[in-house]
Amino acid sequence: MAQHQVNYASAAGLPIALTSVDKLVNWGRSNSLWPLTYGLACCAIEMMASGASRYDFDRMGTIFRASPRQADVMILAGTLSKKHSEFARRLYDQMTEPKWVISMGSCANTGGMFNTYATVQGVDRIIPVDIYLPGCAPRPETLQYALMMLQKKIRRESANMNNNTKQNLRLV
Amino acid sequence: MQQPNKLTPFFENLNFERDDNTMVINFGPQHPSAHGQLRLVLELDGEQVVKAYPDIGYLHRGIEKMAENMTYNEFLPTTDRLDYIASTSNNYAYALAVEKLLGIEAPRRAQVIRTMLLELNRIISHLFFIATHALDVGAMSVFLYAFREREFAMDLMEDYCGARLTHSAVRIGGVPLDIPAGWIEKLASFCTKIEHEVEHTYEALLTENRIWKMRLENVGVISAEEALSWGCTGPMLRGSGVNWDIRKEEPYELYSELDFDVPVSDRCDSYGRYRLYMAEMHESVKILRQLMVMYSKTEPKLMAHAPQYISAPKEEIMTQNYALMQHFVLVTQGMRPPKGEVYVPTESPKGELGFYIKSEGEPYAYRLKCRAPSFFHTGLLQEILVGTYIADVVTIIGTTNIVFGEVDR
Amino acid sequence: MRKYTPKDNVQGKSYYTDRFWVAPRVPRMEVEENSHFAAVAKALGKKAKESYVEIGQLVVHIDAKKVVEIMTILKEKCGYTQCSEQSAVDYLAQDGEFELFYQLLNITEAKRVRVVCRIKKGEAIESITSLFKSANFAEREMFDMFGIKVNNHPFLKRILMPDDWEGHPLLKTYPLHGDEFASWYEVDKIFGKEYRDVIGPENRDPSRIDRYDTKRFSRVGYEVPFAADISEGEKENPIEYSETILVDYTKDSGKQLDERR
Repeated sequence: MAQHQVNYASAAGLPIALTSVDKLVNWGRSNSLWPLTYGLACCAIEMMASGASRYDFDRMGTIFRASPRQADVMILAGTLSKKHSEFARRLYDQMTEPKWVISMGSCANTGGMFNTYATVQGVDRIIPVDIYLPGCAPRPETLQYALMMLQKKIRRESANMNNNTKQNLRLV
Repeated sequence: MQQPNKLTPFFENLNFERDDNTMVINFGPQHPSAHGQLRLVLELDGEQVVKAYPDIGYLHRGIEKMAENMTYNEFLPTTDRLDYIASTSNNYAYALAVEKLLGIEAPRRAQVIRTMLLELNRIISHLFFIATHALDVGAMSVFLYAFREREFAMDLMEDYCGARLTHSAVRIGGVPLDIPAGWIEKLASFCTKIEHEVEHTYEALLTENRIWKMRLENVGVISAEEALSWGCTGPMLRGSGVNWDIRKEEPYELYSELDFDVPVSDRCDSYGRYRLYMAEMHESVKILRQLMVMYSKTEPKLMAHAPQYISAPKEEIMTQNYALMQHFVLVTQGMRPPKGEVYVPTESPKGELGFYIKSEGEPYAYRLKCRAPSFFHTGLLQEILVGTYIADVVTIIGTTNIVFGEVDR
Repeated sequence: MRKYTPKDNVQGKSYYTDRFWVAPRVPRMEVEENSHFAAVAKALGKKAKESYVEIGQLVVHIDAKKVVEIMTILKEKCGYTQCSEQSAVDYLAQDGEFELFYQLLNITEAKRVRVVCRIKKGEAIESITSLFKSANFAEREMFDMFGIKVNNHPFLKRILMPDDWEGHPLLKTYPLHGDEFASWYEVDKIFGKEYRDVIGPENRDPSRIDRYDTKRFSRVGYEVPFAADISEGEKENPIEYSETILVDYTKDSGKQLDERR
């Protein structure tokens, strides 16, 4: 357990944390990222394993939510086939701002070993991706590392609370 | 008014209720209990399902077409991704089909190792079954317990071949690696642990549980003739009273020498199948114990001796010239099996997994068809879901144990 | 002259060929007397054009028009109660025919029979859904992958490909990477044809290297803002392989070695 050292001398002896709105908002956003359960293929099993007993995902503050409206981050785990691409885009659109996307595994990054007619060669053809996570299937620790990297990325961004512009939208 | 737009979905033209009060809902391809990408269009009358139409193909990756464009050895890791929960069983089914086509047999130690891996994969798959089935029905703690055991099993697989999920642990003609030191002891401790756990955790939590029984009894009833007609195999068939296990009836590998029972249930419903899966885990442990003893009596030969089709062991390749030349030719050109066709069924944890390979003597297969048990079980859903309630739909999908890598290939 | 690429079989071929190799055949055995298979062969009688035993299973060649009859005999008289597998093999390039096979299983005897028949391109086959319900999905898959229509099927619709897909993927004339319809399918479906230029074509080359790519790769230690230009004025010469084009050494070619540094 972390030892909390409260330096009473720094804030005039009172337990006050000084910060800016950006940092506070980003702290809140990054430490409670709720992923959308979007396991498509084999990487979904590793995602489940990373949420299970040994590699607990809950310690990052994540709760897997089934509904896109309640989710922050969409972890695309597995091969996106062309038949499914329409629904992936639809789910991405249904997610509310702010939203991030982690593309997990080779199949989601670039189509992977399935260089065929029915596989979308990389999910970033249709959805803007923040973190690419290589592996086939990536270990659960890798997924957690990717989430930690996403947390770092979120903390760097400006909170952008008044603008309605999509922060990550590269595509359209 | 919502403006229709390519990027945002348009919801105002969807009818949810029809004139005769039946409701059509979409159990979409993204669903926490859909076990993958199953889209079920359900017509409901109140809460009862009147018609169910499974829509699959959301994970179709063109694996069969890939087989026509790759050599036999190159294709082996692709078979991993079919039933990605128990990968070695698909690798093995493919390797066995090619070996039958070539007419070669793996050496004894390779057979022992392969059978050990197969039974370990069976345990892994059944643990996953109970985890997801219980999670769907509502018993979430079983999910965490089962994944804990599964992690131990995956540690064993990782010690052996380096990969947790997509193993490629089997090659055409044998196995590439020998068991590392200390693996057998770890396997023995795992066996005792899993036996204890199955009896004292899963069965203790679920078997006599009133809620579990109420959710599972008389749900998903399928008679023996229906099951046979729909192409059900494996636990779906044995749960309906048909005593058919390919390991006993058409034995391959060392199953003819091993002593194990095949649990059969004539309850025909999901509860019977659940008991079957638990009993099968006990049987797998029994088989593993016998194999551990057999391993020490084998001589250390891992790949079959068929220089025309299979490369020599690495020590020979690195030191002998002809072995190196042959290995080079086999890797760049690929091996050329005889012309003909073969269909070999194996008992994967989900059912009968078979590969039909038609070869024209070329290094690439002319046609490869994978007979996936989950494909036919998904077809069965059309019939088995009619007349059930919405809550039972989830139970039935869980009990058929479908994996979408196999269904869609 | 450019290399001749046969259009009736666009599947990959092994790069090196062995010109003098004659492939042996998988051995075919005669049906033994007084075995279960002999009884099956007798029950089928004249209807089977040819029957032999290959790798422990009986293979029966029949006429495509008699499929339902023969399946009924096998199911009712010989006890083959399960149809494990059913699909087709594309021989359009060689014979202009498809070779269909049905794999049947007898539970009580633990024996398998493969029924093989041939149909010409454009012909339809009769459905056996009335006998074996597993044919429901299997025949739909055969239709989806090969375009073989099935008569009297309760619901013949595409199963693995999307409903508006054009083309039948497992035909030998269909390329592995998919034809033009396939390569733009998801872009057209989601965004519309106008976005083809915005998104760009698929990258089917697994070894393609984008030297100045700052949109996808993170340069750990040398980070730059998204989509910054780090090429410093040099245009990127795409790597071209000499089998695809005839390299003209007199002009500016794709190979960077042409320029002496």
